[in-house]
Amino acid sequence: MTTSTLGAPPRSALGRIVDRVGGGLVQAALVLIGVFWLVPTLGLFVVSVREETANNSTGWWTAFTKPAELTLKNYGDLLATGFTSSFWNTVFITVPTTLLVIGIAAMAAYAFAWMEFPGRDGLFLVVVGLLVVPIQIALIPIAKLYGTLGIFGSIAGVVLFHVAFGLPFAIFLLRNFFAGIPRSLLEAARMDGAGEWKIFSTVVFPLAKPAVASLGIFQFLWVWNDLLVALVFADSGNQPMTKALQSQMRQFGTNVDILAPGAFLSLIIPLVLFFAFQRYFVQGMMAGSVK
Amino acid sequence: MTNRLDGPQDPRGGDDAARGSSSGPNQAHGASLDLSDGPPPPADAEAAPGTTSPAKSDAGPAPAASAGPSKLGPPPTMAIWFLLPGALLLGAMVIYPIIYSIFRSLYDGTGDTFVGVDNYAAIFSDSSTLTTIRNNLIWVVVAPALVTAVGLIFAVLTERIRWATAFKLIVFMPMAVSLMASGVIFRLVYEQAPDRGVANAVISSVDGLFGSHQGYPDARPRENDQAPVAAQQGAVVTKQTAKPGQAVLIPLVGVKPDTLASAAAAKAVQPGPGELAGTVWVDFTQGGGGALNQVDGTEKALAGVTVEAVQNGAVKATASTEADGTFRFAGLAPGDYTVRLPQSNFEAGFTGVSWLGPTLITPAIIGAFIWVWAGFSMVLIAAGLAAIPRDALEAARIDGATEWQVFRKITIPLLSPVLLVVFVTMIINTLKVFDLVFVIAPGSVQPQANVIALEMWRVSFGGGGNQGLGSALAIFLLILVLPFMIINIRRFRRDNQ
Repeated sequence: MTTSTLGAPPRSALGRIVDRVGGGLVQAALVLIGVFWLVPTLGLFVVSVREETANNSTGWWTAFTKPAELTLKNYGDLLATGFTSSFWNTVFITVPTTLLVIGIAAMAAYAFAWMEFPGRDGLFLVVVGLLVVPIQIALIPIAKLYGTLGIFGSIAGVVLFHVAFGLPFAIFLLRNFFAGIPRSLLEAARMDGAGEWKIFSTVVFPLAKPAVASLGIFQFLWVWNDLLVALVFADSGNQPMTKALQSQMRQFGTNVDILAPGAFLSLIIPLVLFFAFQRYFVQGMMAGSVK
Repeated sequence: MTNRLDGPQDPRGGDDAARGSSSGPNQAHGASLDLSDGPPPPADAEAAPGTTSPAKSDAGPAPAASAGPSKLGPPPTMAIWFLLPGALLLGAMVIYPIIYSIFRSLYDGTGDTFVGVDNYAAIFSDSSTLTTIRNNLIWVVVAPALVTAVGLIFAVLTERIRWATAFKLIVFMPMAVSLMASGVIFRLVYEQAPDRGVANAVISSVDGLFGSHQGYPDARPRENDQAPVAAQQGAVVTKQTAKPGQAVLIPLVGVKPDTLASAAAAKAVQPGPGELAGTVWVDFTQGGGGALNQVDGTEKALAGVTVEAVQNGAVKATASTEADGTFRFAGLAPGDYTVRLPQSNFEAGFTGVSWLGPTLITPAIIGAFIWVWAGFSMVLIAAGLAAIPRDALEAARIDGATEWQVFRKITIPLLSPVLLVVFVTMIINTLKVFDLVFVIAPGSVQPQANVIALEMWRVSFGGGGNQGLGSALAIFLLILVLPFMIINIRRFRRDNQ
């Protein structure tokens, strides 16, 4: 245990030994847990680079002694099935959604944080309430609406749905951040005669980069990883990777050689983003944990 | 430090949890501004009450929402333009659907006939929807508590570990992985055959460590009068009794050749004085030859078989056969013994837990859920832990409290707001759980694993074609989430006072 400078009681030799052993046990337990947490993903990777026949006969862990079984053939086969197009669909859905959510939410958040209008607090409580609304509620009505508008099955429809359901969290997160910006900064800008749009775009928004980064990474991962919205609103030509993979799940046993590399490809970009921006990821998570 | 996994890089990081609130009013400037570390934005207090330490909670600027109107503020009409895009989208795609669904749920599948509350009645009378409600109940009762507990344990264990950052990254990583991919991952983990699925491979090797019994399900004695042993209620016993000092032969047949591929040759045994010994082997020479009921030297031994020396129906000694099939009972009292191979030798070995079968499917999926969410829980709770003032802990320690008492009486109460946030978040997540169940449960088991969110999709889009019932299920889901919506709103208002 830590010996604090703040007058920790002197420990006996025995106590120290107990601590040492306990610390060792804790470390050993954590190593074990870490392995436990890593193994499933590692298994997916190994399965994705193993020959189909090898996967069907033995466990993936035996591949470490038989590196000859390893092959990139599964990835080649997967790309030959047209998986590339669903990769791009995922990109075309995720990137516009993220940008739109940030833009629209930032404007609303600015109004909530720094403008006076009747019913402001009540309206914001509505936003807080909408944070937890399950998206199931909108599937049927929006499917009908999209049918009328003629965008059912299109990427635009999927994007619009994601934007709408991303907004409550985004407005909530950004408004709380904006509200923390010192009033004096805005007052000074207003004194100088700057218009609201100018203050928003040149003072507040630039200051909010960390919050925007948190929101951006969250929104990106959320949409990239979505299955349900795509399942309902994207037709097969516009389907993202999650839906493409899902359609292969029915014959899991025979499709493992396509599913494993597909699942692995779909998680590479989120993982890279996660490791690059984990700081913002964690911050966004903490700030939005009422969700 | 509290809010990032790679803590030490933060120049302001380190051990400042306790003095977090005292770092001055200037925080809101510059790039170090963030939402959860320092006190700057009231976001801290509003968003995640748990992340604010008691020391922090009275710090920070007054929330803008309650601040007085700005003298220089723009006219209210100006706000409309800023709010319009968001308001239109939320109105058309979130609020309008709620109202629409309420009405739609009162009509039948095609939407032509008004049926009142029939769809809701159907939810509570149909056995398949009742199963979904039961499953959601299991989820809500089990999963949030487990995720919170696991997160708390991890957060406490990593608190004083130097490589905590690496550990947290690993445990946190599944958060970035889609539930679809997680589903594929766990389909692989839960494969039933122990030589393919990791979960059963681990169980089978642990099983092997302790029990080390390899079953010989097909082994049996020859059924003729010359055979020295006979089958008896699943066990194999010698027909004649033996005394210490004698050798006992237990020839069996029927063992598959591939089970014996690595078995050693059986050896006849010469018992020492006062010792009852013998051989258990497969009395069958491949390719013919070999004498019946004799150890020929080419025949294969049965290793790891449990052997009992029985006298008057009571087991007097137990032994296990060696690699060469021999066993020995030393130190037996003189007398007549029957030698018995108990039934356990002839039960099939471990064939794998059926994780994805109808009985274990929900626990199995909850396992995957914990894998996904433990990192979230751990990181939030670790931040809460770091924010607990060290003085309070030290004071208690100086007063002679044990570590456990400090944990129970000080850490947990101070941590309870964070624990509550994690717990409530997980309840909402379990109510909405969809992807994991949809992906992990094989088609044939999905009726047993079904949950409300999945059933809603299934009846409306996945072949059910009943949008009346689907709307009712969606409203039902919304009603289940409603209490937590109210909790959020109240908490937000309280924090903003």
